[in-house]
Amino acid sequence: MSKAEQRHRRRSARNGWLLSMPALVMLGFAASGPLLIVLVYSFLQKGDYGNVVWEFSPDGWIGILFTRDIFDGTLGLADAHLTIFWRSVSLSLMTTVITFALGFPTAWFIATRPASERAAWLFLVTIPFWTNLLIRTFAIGEILRTEGLVNTLLLWLGVINAPVQLLYNDNAVLVGMAYVYLPLMVLPLFAAIERFDMRLLEAAYDLYASRMQVLLHVILPIVKPGIVAGSILVFVPSLGAYVTPRILGGGKNMMIGNFIELQFGQGRNWPLGAALSMTLLLIVVVALLFYVRAVNRAGSGHGHG
Amino acid sequence: MMKTGRLRLVEENAIEAQSIVKAFGQGKSALLALDDVSVSIRKGEFFTLLGPSGCGKTTLLRLMAGFEMPTAGTIRLDGQDVTYLPPNRRPVNTVFQSYALFPHLTVRENIGFSLKMQGRAKAEIAECTDRMLALVKMEDLAERKTAQLSGGQQQRVALARALAPQPKVLLLDEPLSALDLKLRKEMQIELKRLQKETGITFVFVTHDQEEALTMSDRIAVMNAGRLQQVAAPREIYTAPVNRFVASFIGETNFLNVTPAPGGFRLGNGEIVTAEGSGGVLTVRPEQVRIVSAEGAALTGTVDSLVYFGTDMHCHVRLGDGEALTVRLPLPPCGEAGVSPGDRVGIAFQPGATRLIEA
Repeated sequence: MSKAEQRHRRRSARNGWLLSMPALVMLGFAASGPLLIVLVYSFLQKGDYGNVVWEFSPDGWIGILFTRDIFDGTLGLADAHLTIFWRSVSLSLMTTVITFALGFPTAWFIATRPASERAAWLFLVTIPFWTNLLIRTFAIGEILRTEGLVNTLLLWLGVINAPVQLLYNDNAVLVGMAYVYLPLMVLPLFAAIERFDMRLLEAAYDLYASRMQVLLHVILPIVKPGIVAGSILVFVPSLGAYVTPRILGGGKNMMIGNFIELQFGQGRNWPLGAALSMTLLLIVVVALLFYVRAVNRAGSGHGHG
Repeated sequence: MMKTGRLRLVEENAIEAQSIVKAFGQGKSALLALDDVSVSIRKGEFFTLLGPSGCGKTTLLRLMAGFEMPTAGTIRLDGQDVTYLPPNRRPVNTVFQSYALFPHLTVRENIGFSLKMQGRAKAEIAECTDRMLALVKMEDLAERKTAQLSGGQQQRVALARALAPQPKVLLLDEPLSALDLKLRKEMQIELKRLQKETGITFVFVTHDQEEALTMSDRIAVMNAGRLQQVAAPREIYTAPVNRFVASFIGETNFLNVTPAPGGFRLGNGEIVTAEGSGGVLTVRPEQVRIVSAEGAALTGTVDSLVYFGTDMHCHVRLGDGEALTVRLPLPPCGEAGVSPGDRVGIAFQPGATRLIEA
């Protein structure tokens, strides 16, 4: 390699770093910075009126699973916390399953329209994003409440004699989250199904597969990266959902998001809130690792991914 | 051993299409893809559907596979009516033009797919898949994903996959069209070998007349949704029934003739003899010779010469203005011995002329 060439290489490398500075600064300050603060706070002692005392303490992390008895100071398993964790995970999983069950046929329908119509159908799917999440959630509440649309309809049809309590329980939260996150499932599924070679369906039918077998052995394995992507996109924000469980769950049916908010607000336990936030992050990271592995395995056969 | 006509039919024909009509769309805008097509394909035969694109050959194949239902008519497989049976319930398999291999499965899994769908035992699937891999000489690549294979290799996998369940009829939809010339020639030989070894009836769709002539036991020539002629390659080439078949299969000279005592009169007054009936005389370029203009009954002027390597195409304009192509065999030096503007005599090989309807 000549000297001029070396000099040129060094310069282009330096220019590369300079050009990526804005992105690196953003990542450093906007992403890693706050995260670092949260991590540090989780290892500090809680202050009496919120905030933190700058002294090391593992209490925040211990508090995730255990509570200290007020009288003798012994540690006991925090059942309430476990319930919240369990509710968060199970509601998020159920949201994922429901959005998949509704989203897959929707995405299939859109992907099999003529190419000129697809954009219009996708546009319809994304319309709810134009309205504030809070307003959409209140709208769902309006539909579910005792004098709401569903109860009125059921009463009018004579299915029920008295209004049913539909709001302020886990099911209401589930309905709300499935509604809010459905587009996040439909879009990656659509992208995967659109790439799917429909001629494979004929090949599979020709090779004696029944309709169910075509779905299980050909369609689902091939669009799997889309399924996993959609599931992650729904599962991750569901797990951290705050507005929906707050409004439709009615305060009692807390999820992790509400629980974290509680620690920074009335609970005045910032280290616990910070530790809970980190726990949530860990769950998400584990889910993402699972995603990357699943996509790699599915993608290796396509020559990409 | 005497059998009834019906039984004899069941034994001889692998697949029969009877008065098939297929229209796409409805009402006035309907497109008639197949217009009253009847064809019987014998067991163990290499049968080719040949025609230009849009002639309905692929539609007929798809009707046999069960991907489409006919507007009218019946399709019988081994004597059994399968007209409205879905593809997964017909003992017929297809090799697709695009191969349509499953990208998420290995070569082995692709080949074993149909057996797995039928719920065969694992050992049986493995045994059959091994046999198919050996048949198409793909043992070494059995564990590869199909995206890592070349076009020719994908073709072999597609063949093995379709042959694995031992179909009564194998349908091939222009399977060689995506391959380059050299590979295509190899696969033509390979296909013939596979057909001989398995004894399965092959129905082969192509628009390549040379491919059809070299590979088929019988050829059905189609045009505009109608069957033109069904016959062995030699008969299709030497005795085409109409102008379409004569011009689609190989090159042909057409000369207008009128009946005259002792034969048929050409434009310049010469009388020729020919088989068949009709007002158009056909003669293949390789059945025409260039002779000395002196004393020749038919003369013309050389218009142009086109070099083909193996031979030379000589375009001759006859006295009455009609054009005639002559295929001249070349000596080792590659010179045809004629040049544009030369006045030459034309002679037909005995028995080479044939009359068809205009």
